[in-house]
Amino acid sequence: MLRRLTRWAVAAPVALALVSGLSACGSDEPGTTASASPAASSAASSSALTVFAAASLTETFTELGKTFEAANPGVKVTFNFGSSATLAQQITQGAPADVFAAASPATMKTVTDASMAAAPTTFVRNKLEIAVPPDNPAKVDELKDLADAKVKVALCAEQVPCGAAAIKALDAAGLKVTPVTLEQDVKATLTKVELGEVDAALVYKTDVLSAGGKVTGIDFPEADKAINDYPIAPLSKAPAPDLAKKFVDLVLSQQGKDVLVKAGFEAA
Amino acid sequence: MLLAVLGMAFLVLPLAGLLVRAPWSTMPERLAEPQVLEALRLSLVTATIATAVCLVLGVPLAWLLARVSFPGRRLVRALVTIPLVLPPVVGGVALLLVLGRRGLIGQWLESAFGFSLPFTTAGVVVAEAFVAMPFLVISVEGALRAADLRYEEAAATLGASRWVVFRRVTMPLIAPGIVAGAVLCWARALGEFGATITFAGNFPGRTQTMPLAVYLALETEPDAAIVLSLLLLLVSVAILAGLRDRWVTSA
Repeated sequence: MLRRLTRWAVAAPVALALVSGLSACGSDEPGTTASASPAASSAASSSALTVFAAASLTETFTELGKTFEAANPGVKVTFNFGSSATLAQQITQGAPADVFAAASPATMKTVTDASMAAAPTTFVRNKLEIAVPPDNPAKVDELKDLADAKVKVALCAEQVPCGAAAIKALDAAGLKVTPVTLEQDVKATLTKVELGEVDAALVYKTDVLSAGGKVTGIDFPEADKAINDYPIAPLSKAPAPDLAKKFVDLVLSQQGKDVLVKAGFEAA
Repeated sequence: MLLAVLGMAFLVLPLAGLLVRAPWSTMPERLAEPQVLEALRLSLVTATIATAVCLVLGVPLAWLLARVSFPGRRLVRALVTIPLVLPPVVGGVALLLVLGRRGLIGQWLESAFGFSLPFTTAGVVVAEAFVAMPFLVISVEGALRAADLRYEEAAATLGASRWVVFRRVTMPLIAPGIVAGAVLCWARALGEFGATITFAGNFPGRTQTMPLAVYLALETEPDAAIVLSLLLLLVSVAILAGLRDRWVTSA
């Protein structure tokens, strides 16, 4: 829950910044924001790293952040987890971030198109799973059960990567599903299953694992047609470019891969 | 004076930003999209019903707090204003835990009537009323406390029944407070986001109100989000300005 709260806490000022920042309307606007804070960043350049990462990376990146802090004494890693689309918007509007890890190439493209990052690397892949409450009240056991009008289904909104993947998988199966809700990110979708408010949802396999016993995951063959690549890149206006590169290296290292694969991601 | 101007600039400049950055050229076709009108209609309808709910439940509550002395009244007053300080997202979760399909009351609703509030338009009304009602209660309670009790006592000594006193004396005295509270309440309900998306979810035509549509549009199409925000702004300014003329001048 705290995660979601911080999301709103972040979203409000960013929306404001978006609105006022945009009014100047110059392509160098994010640059002004970045150069407005060198005092803060140079003082902190050796000690603070800010990572913007997809909501589905919350557990793994938090763990990697601790590893990174242990390996680099004095460095404090701060994460902003959220829907990749929101994070991409925040970055293009000049949010002071060092690293961006997205849940889809499309959201990373928003950032590279704005010349805020170059050459992203795909570091993992993630697959969808059907998540149901442990007692599985609607007796869901395959994808086509979700098309039943009596089954309450939550999907991610199509604007966010997990929603785009869900549409791809359902199209591949030739199914028409009418969800009761289109949630704003994958963790919100998962929460609806955890609370038992819906009978099933399409979320990432990693989210099912991270929920522990609170939801049950069901694999389905069409998920192979909707695999999400996760790209990561240091940002070109990073206040701490050296640390940004080091963190990306850690994620791409064998050690990073082990953490991610253990959580249910597939190695890229 | 300077501070007043600064204060005004602080509130007005972000709106100016919206106007400057608005994609005027594509405005007509963006506004004509059925989803936009659907979200606007849903927002207006739910905010209005939520205000009605708040009036029906909130005015008696305000009367209780202002006029009846009972032990623990200060505590009750504090509890009633909780939604003001509670982050709306938490309010939404709290509503789920009580009225959700597995909630304290919700599971009973589900088994007795096969009805559950989350993900329905009624759920949007509940979320909005929960967040907005304190505005009405505080405003009406203030009006009730400021109203001179002697008018009511005089009416009573002249033989008016309690209902007549309330209708002919108390109501006219506190009407401006009720209107002000209802307007605040409506405006708060119209802009409600956190509790709505948490409790009622997000589905176009059923639970996707304007603020939700704006938030999701922001993910991929900031221009569309700006258009939607301007529309919401325009409608609320028009309605609030209209109400003010009508009520304040005639009062």
